Amino acid sequence: MAAVRVEEVLAVAEEQEAEKRRSVTVEKELELEFDLGNLLALDRNPPPAAGLRGAGPRREALLRALARDNTQLLPPPRPRPPTRWEQFARLKGIRRRKRTSLVWDEQAKEWRRRWGYRRAGGDPARAWLAEVPAGADPEEDQFARLRREKRERVARNELNRLRNLARAHRTATAVPAAPLHPTGHQSREELGRVARVARVSTASLGRFQPRLPKESAEPPSRSGGRKRRFEPLLGNLSAERSRQLELLRDMGSKKPVLDITRAVNKQLRQEEAEAAAAKGKKQSQRGKRGRRQQRAGR
Amino acid sequence: MRPLTEAETRAVFEKLGRYIGENIQLLVDRPDGTYCFRLHRDRVFYLSEKLLKAAASIPRAGLVSLGSCFGKFTKTQKFRLSVTALDFLAPYAKHKVWVKPGSEQSFLYGNHVLKSGLGRITESTAQYQGVVVYSMADVPLGFGVAAKSTQECRKVDPMAIVVFHQADIGEYVRSEDTLT
Repeated sequence: MAAVRVEEVLAVAEEQEAEKRRSVTVEKELELEFDLGNLLALDRNPPPAAGLRGAGPRREALLRALARDNTQLLPPPRPRPPTRWEQFARLKGIRRRKRTSLVWDEQAKEWRRRWGYRRAGGDPARAWLAEVPAGADPEEDQFARLRREKRERVARNELNRLRNLARAHRTATAVPAAPLHPTGHQSREELGRVARVARVSTASLGRFQPRLPKESAEPPSRSGGRKRRFEPLLGNLSAERSRQLELLRDMGSKKPVLDITRAVNKQLRQEEAEAAAAKGKKQSQRGKRGRRQQRAGR
Repeated sequence: MRPLTEAETRAVFEKLGRYIGENIQLLVDRPDGTYCFRLHRDRVFYLSEKLLKAAASIPRAGLVSLGSCFGKFTKTQKFRLSVTALDFLAPYAKHKVWVKPGSEQSFLYGNHVLKSGLGRITESTAQYQGVVVYSMADVPLGFGVAAKSTQECRKVDPMAIVVFHQADIGEYVRSEDTLT
């Protein structure tokens, strides 16, 4: 008895699981197009034509089912990554203190807003006194300084807001660093790519990295070899001239000190001269008869 | 029109150096003005700064030639010196060859110089050295490459080639249309 009931319970549970899965998985002939910024899903599949004509609840039900299916296929947006301040606060354990909306203004003897219309400290635009602080230049315009500092604060705030926004958008499409970590099985091209990335990953973007003996001396172009850049047409002509003279000097210095062909020619000339001299001496040594014999022998 | 890149400058100087050696400095660094090399449609031109500034305002499609054309870069980026550079090579030439009056015309028609036409040759000219060819009246006729060293020139038979023809002033008439 108990066994049967257990089996029944298991069967029911499995049935429920399948039901849940069925309600979540949707199959479509054509893939949907998504516009994640607007949470939009475009379904180009032809609808079941029979159901949409005609009126009434049947059509409603069909449309609702279609919408439910397409919503299942829409990916949920990922949560916003924490801003720099939020990261810092979490690290330090700083928690948000709830501020009161009204502040007691001593001079006006009443509760005033913290900021905005009729704020607690008086209208900052109508402040007629700006004290010169202790260490400041007496000639400096304090009102101008206050205005400038406010402008700078606003600008810095805006900059940080935009940076946080950029950071939030960037993390999704950033190039993953996984291929740059060393495995045992990287090919020559991969290693070359990794070396190039490593070279540029310094504070000065690789401008002062020492080069290996066989590495090329040209800096890698920003367009990755697609576009050639040339010197300006009417650039610094004297600099151009000095560069060319230096090039000439380098080319001149690389010539081999020992010129093989010249050495060989010199040797040949020497041998010829020696041969001629020896021939002359032999002839004079042999005398008249020897010379006649030599001639006949030839 | 643009300045030459480092690789292109090296190729040009190497070629020029075969004929005039270290006298290239006198072309680059002139006392009477700033002269420079510019590349336009694969041809290398040598011109003064004044002329360069004037030529800079001409549109690229309409510009045919500027200053003196030294030569051109071929499709495989090799530099080929042309006869229009002779005026600059002749005064600074390191190795010279003088041709007898009888075979001047043969050289000016584009033929090589044979031993029979050889008048004089500079001492210690190596084989395959760049040489400038003169007539016996010291008029520069063109330039070429020595096929034999000076030593060998003495021993070789009269029908052997001693100077390979590269360019001659007869080209001004023969290739009038294509010369820049």
